[in-house]
Amino acid sequence: MLHYIGKRLLQLIPVLLGMTFLVFMIIRAIPGNPAQVILGQLASKEAVEALEIKLGLNNPWYTQYIDYLIGLFKGDLGESMRTVQPVSKEIWPYLAATFELAFFAILIAVIIGVNAGIISAWFQNSWFDYFAMVLALIGVSMPIFWLGLMEQWIFGIELQWLPTSGREDVRNPISSVTNLYVLDTIINGRFEQLGQVLKHLVLPGIALATIPMAIIARMTRSSMLEVMRADYVRTARAKGQKMFWVVYKHALKNAIIPVLTVIGLQMGLLLGGAILTETIFSWPGIGRYIYDAIQFRDYPVIQSGILIVAFIFVMINLFVDILYGLIDPRIKYD
Amino acid sequence: MSGIVPNLINETIAVKDQSTGPWRDAWRSFRKNKLALVGAGIVLFFILLAIFGPLFAPQGINDQLLKDRLKPPSSQYWFGTDDLGRDVFSRIIHGARISLWVGTSSVIGSVVVGSILGIIAGYYGKWIDTIISRIFDIMLAFPSILLAIAVVSVLGPSLQNALIAIAIINIPNFGRLIRSKVLSIKEEEYITSAKAIGMRDIRILFSHILPNSMAPVIVAGTLAIASAIIEAAALGFLGLGAEAPAPEWGKMLADARMFLRNAPWAMIFPGLAIMLTVLGFNLMGDGLRDALDPRMKN
Repeated sequence: MLHYIGKRLLQLIPVLLGMTFLVFMIIRAIPGNPAQVILGQLASKEAVEALEIKLGLNNPWYTQYIDYLIGLFKGDLGESMRTVQPVSKEIWPYLAATFELAFFAILIAVIIGVNAGIISAWFQNSWFDYFAMVLALIGVSMPIFWLGLMEQWIFGIELQWLPTSGREDVRNPISSVTNLYVLDTIINGRFEQLGQVLKHLVLPGIALATIPMAIIARMTRSSMLEVMRADYVRTARAKGQKMFWVVYKHALKNAIIPVLTVIGLQMGLLLGGAILTETIFSWPGIGRYIYDAIQFRDYPVIQSGILIVAFIFVMINLFVDILYGLIDPRIKYD
Repeated sequence: MSGIVPNLINETIAVKDQSTGPWRDAWRSFRKNKLALVGAGIVLFFILLAIFGPLFAPQGINDQLLKDRLKPPSSQYWFGTDDLGRDVFSRIIHGARISLWVGTSSVIGSVVVGSILGIIAGYYGKWIDTIISRIFDIMLAFPSILLAIAVVSVLGPSLQNALIAIAIINIPNFGRLIRSKVLSIKEEEYITSAKAIGMRDIRILFSHILPNSMAPVIVAGTLAIASAIIEAAALGFLGLGAEAPAPEWGKMLADARMFLRNAPWAMIFPGLAIMLTVLGFNLMGDGLRDALDPRMKN
C-alpha cells in the first residue's frame, strides 16, 4: 500500500509540473502584446512597459517559468492587479467559502443520491424506481446555472422562503475565525446566526448537488442491483434477516465501491460547478473570485485561482484512489 | 450434384434475409429501446428546428419592439418578450442553430484531433505514447469548465473561441478512448497479417484500426455533444461565449437574470431548451451505448 502511495505521488510530479506550465502559459499565450491586452488599448506606453517588467514578460520564457516555479514553491501566487494584495493572502476566505458550499452539496448529494439508488434497486420497477430514475435523468441534463435561477425565482422571489445571495445576513454579520461560517457560529455560540448561515446554504447547495446526486443515484442503483443477486444476499435473507439490514448492511457494503469512485469524481466536478453556482448566488467563493478576476482581466488571480482548484482536484482524485484500497481489501496494488 | 447447388444458393439467400452484422444488430437493439428513441426524437426535433425553424420564426434575432418589453407569454408572444421587447420564442428557435452548431462542431474537432493523437500514441507506443498520454493526464487534471475558461481567457471571449475551448477540453477524452482501442486491436491477427503482406502503417491505421474503433467513439461523441452544449451555454452565461445580440441560450439566461422578478419567462424557456436538447443527446447516447457496446448488453 505504502509502495502504491509512493508510486502515485511520483506519478503526480509530471502532472503538477504540466499544470503549472499550462497555467503559466495563460498570460504568455495571449495573442499580441499581453501587457497591452491586460491594460486595454488606451493604456499608456509607460504603463504597459511597467507591467511587462512587473510580470517579467521581457525575460526568455524558460527563465520566466523557472522564476514562476520558484515563486510557487515559496508560496508566492502573484499579486492581484485589482486589489494589489498577494493572492496567497486573499484567497483563503474564498477557498473556505467554496469548501463549505461544496461540502454541504456533496453531503446532500450522497445522502439523497445513495438512498434513492438503494430504494430504487430494492423496489426495482416500482413507481418509486421509475420516478427516481426519470428525475435522475433530468438531473444529469440540467444546466446548473438554470436550476440556480429557477430556485432563486421560486424560493427567493415568489415564495420568499430562502435568501438568494451571499453567505450571511448582512444586518447581522458574523465575526469569523475560520471563515467556515457554520463552524464559526457554533464556536461563537450564536445559534440564530447558524440558522441564517444554513438558510443561505440551502439554495446554492441544492443547485450544486443536483448533478452529482443524479449520477450517484444511478450508480448506486445499478451497483446495488448487481449485488442484490449475489449468493450471500440470498443467504442472509434465508437466515431470516430483515430486508432492511440485508440491504443496508450486507449489500451496500459491497455495492459502495463504484459509488465511491463516482463520489470522488463528483467532488472534482463540484469545484468546476462552483464557478457557476457562486456567480448566480453571489457566493464569495473561489469560483466567484475567478469570475470577478476574468471581468477585470486580473490575470494573476485567474492563473492562481485555476491552479489552486486544479491542484485540489488532483489531490482529491489521489485520495479517492487510495481510499479504495482501504475500503475494499480485494483491490490489490502493484 | 446438381441438386446441391440450388440448395446452397437458397441457404445463402436465407442467411442474407436474416441479415446480421454488428451495425444491424445495434440498430435492432436501439430500435427496441424506448428511451433511446425518445432521445433520438428530441434530437431530430431540435435539428429540424435549427435547420428550418428560422424560416418560420415569428420574428428575427434582434427585432426590438420597446413598447412590448417584458410582456408575459400570450398568443402573440408564445414565450413572452425580453427587456428589449424581443420575442423569446423566436430567439430560442434561432438559438437552436448556435447550440447545435457549437455542440456538434466542437465534438467533431475533439474527435478528429483526439483520434489522431490517440492512434499515434497507441500504435507507435514508446516515448511518443508517454508524451501524449502525459499531456492528456495534465489536461484531465483540470475540471473541464475551468480549462475552458482558461482557454477563453487567453483567446478572448467570443462564440468561436468558446467552440475552440470546448473542442480542446474534450480532446483527451477521445484521445484516451482511441488509444486504448488501438492497443487492443493492434494485437489482433488480421493486423499481424496485414503487416505480413507488407501493408503500410498509414493504411493499416486508416483502413483497419480506425473503422474498428468507431463504435465507442460514436457513443462517447453523442454524450459529449450533450456536455458540449451545456459547456457552451455555461461560457455564454459567464459572458465568455456568444456576444450580444446573438440568441445563444446561455447568454439569454444571463440577460434574463436582471429581470427575474419582472419577467421570469425570459429565463425559464431558454433554460428548458438547453435541458431538453441535452436530455435528448443523453438518452440517445445511453441507447447507443447499450446497442453498440456488447459488454453493456443485458
